[in-house]
Amino acid sequence: MRQRRIMAIWLPRLPADRLIRRRGMPFDAPLVVSIKTGNALTVHALDARAEQMGLYKGQALATARAMVQPLHIVSADERDDAALLEGIAGWCDRFTPLVTPEPPDGLFLDITGVAHLFGGETAMLALVTRKLAAQGFAAQGAIAGTSLAARALARHAPGTVVPPGHEAHSIAPLPIAAFDCDEKILRALRHAGLKTVGQVATRLSSELAERLGAAFVTRLKVMLGAEEKPLQPRRPLPDLMAERNFADPIVTEEAIAAALLSLAESLGGILEREGRGVRLLEAVFFRADGKVERIAVRTGAPLRDARAMMRLLQQRLEALADPLDPGFGFDLIRLEALLAEETRPATLSFDSAENARWQVAFLIDRLTARLGPDRVQRFVPQDTHIPEAAGVAVPAQERDCGEELWMAKRRPGDPPRRPLRLFGRPEEVSAVALVPDGPPMRFRWRRRPFEVARAEGPERIAMEWWRSPNGMTRDYFRVETREGLRFWLYRDGLYPGSGPASPRWYLQGVFA
Amino acid sequence: MNKREKIAELRHVIARYGLPPDRSPAPLGHARADGCLGGGLRPGALHEVFAQDWGAGGFALLLALLAASGRPLFWVRPDYEALEHGAVSPQGLAELGGDPRHLLLVRAPHAREALAAANDILACPHVGALLLEIGGEPKCLDLVASRRLTLAAAESGVTIILLREDADAAPSAALTRWEVGSAPSPPFDDDWGNPVFEAALTRHRLGGLGRFRMRWDCEKGVFADPLRPPSHVEIPHREEAA
Repeated sequence: MRQRRIMAIWLPRLPADRLIRRRGMPFDAPLVVSIKTGNALTVHALDARAEQMGLYKGQALATARAMVQPLHIVSADERDDAALLEGIAGWCDRFTPLVTPEPPDGLFLDITGVAHLFGGETAMLALVTRKLAAQGFAAQGAIAGTSLAARALARHAPGTVVPPGHEAHSIAPLPIAAFDCDEKILRALRHAGLKTVGQVATRLSSELAERLGAAFVTRLKVMLGAEEKPLQPRRPLPDLMAERNFADPIVTEEAIAAALLSLAESLGGILEREGRGVRLLEAVFFRADGKVERIAVRTGAPLRDARAMMRLLQQRLEALADPLDPGFGFDLIRLEALLAEETRPATLSFDSAENARWQVAFLIDRLTARLGPDRVQRFVPQDTHIPEAAGVAVPAQERDCGEELWMAKRRPGDPPRRPLRLFGRPEEVSAVALVPDGPPMRFRWRRRPFEVARAEGPERIAMEWWRSPNGMTRDYFRVETREGLRFWLYRDGLYPGSGPASPRWYLQGVFA
Repeated sequence: MNKREKIAELRHVIARYGLPPDRSPAPLGHARADGCLGGGLRPGALHEVFAQDWGAGGFALLLALLAASGRPLFWVRPDYEALEHGAVSPQGLAELGGDPRHLLLVRAPHAREALAAANDILACPHVGALLLEIGGEPKCLDLVASRRLTLAAAESGVTIILLREDADAAPSAALTRWEVGSAPSPPFDDDWGNPVFEAALTRHRLGGLGRFRMRWDCEKGVFADPLRPPSHVEIPHREEAA
């Protein structure tokens, strides 16, 4: 396996930076973010000035107050901090698609094979931290072959870029605090007179495992670069993608459309070469001020035609509840094929039936892009005798014109046995029957009286007892009113039965 | 050319303005109705069905079924229709002799989205027919909208049936307008319950009007005249029958 390269970013003052960014300018007094731990308020985060005055994380708030006057104290909002970290991770997508946030204040970027695009690893690390600093975040980072090594270096020796395979050497001088583990373990290490990571690494791992647990040994091995636990990417990795940077952020609709089209063309070209077509397409808009917007469209058949992709995206953009806001402009637009499938090479088909099928599939895609997959449906027959469940509607994109045959319930020559329109929730009617278990003679539905001229039934349908244990039996009647309206009614439960004294009648469907 | 001839010619042009190009019509199977329509339902045109009662929905679907003739049939309806008039039952369509595999249901949140979807569907010439169901009288369904549907249908040749329930007829660009209700099954019919409609063709830009009683033949998949009483059976004429 190829050696991976991981950049770890640490945002030591994230909660404080968030408050200052939101305010737009620094607070008048040193800022401290407080949090309740146990029964006491402690310092959760602080800004640079408070740090200079000797306050530190985890200090009791009362002590901090006593040391510095005046002090601006804000209570922590961990949910907002997590959302902000997620937002920063989204912003980092511009460097590599493999970004993993590490709450509460860290990030991992898997930069394997991308560093050369940004002028090498050292330049890239400087670029990321500089850009974060420009947005008002205190940020420091390091690059190493494993996530934990990079993490430890980002916190204790920021700016380090470890050459591949030299993790153990670079990590060795770090203090044992770099393990960032339980205070109990740290105390045990101090007790044993071990002060740096390097000293710990000289001990036998069996010795360490016995005293400090196997988890600690694994952690040590990862830090030293001997082992690696894989990063969990924040988002699924795109199969293929095309992106474009803009030196001047683009704002106008025309410019965005032109950029999308050119991206669609290059993505289409890649797909063509690979013999694949896109099933799930996502356009990612990176705003100059750090906001990231994503627009995804799903297609029914693998697609590689640039103009078709463009139309789907445009339709999706038009349907957005709050339209795409370019703000001060987008400085990077990326088109990702999150899901690409093998297809036959695009040849102009002379088979008109094939062509027609393809055109209709594309129409379904467009309707789905605008309305959503559960609004463009096809029906699939189900093996059940419950009338309302006999045909299930599924997204038309997922299912081609099926092979399942629909069988009519009637015998040849008979009139229809099932209505064309069914009420999902059968509507109660007040009905009068001549004989207790006979068909209704007249009934009232939606405040209108109907007189039954002809009726046929009952057709007894028992609910599926293995699904709903207390389901009742229904006696269905097909009726025609004096005016010629044809309805489908049922009496709930057996008569006289154990149910209510007078049977309840429901109207469930309307025949053509 | 004198003035009178000129005016006659202009009248002719105006009368034919906006009419769909000639395409071979889809016969309904009912001889008198087909005669009135000039051979059958004209493809690539807008046909309105105004409901007199619950039967009209079935009639509109059957018209669309004939127009689609085995090609994809799109049924577009706003969400409130399912509550008001019942959900589409594929089994019910199979009972009538249609094939639910060709049916595509598009559920739009409101009438406006339904109209937009309808315009998209009409742009695809490989669609068989479109049944657009819009109940009530939403503002967006005006003369302009119906004109747009007509143009789109004429361009692609897709037939559109516009089903209007709980609505009064208003000016529109439709080629034909039907007012349809259910009719009782003939009293002598033991296999009662086949769809029978009382359909009035109240507007037709290319020909005559008429009023027909039509029975749907589920086996053959066409409309037909209502059953005649068997000659050897005496029918007691209780009330006005078919």
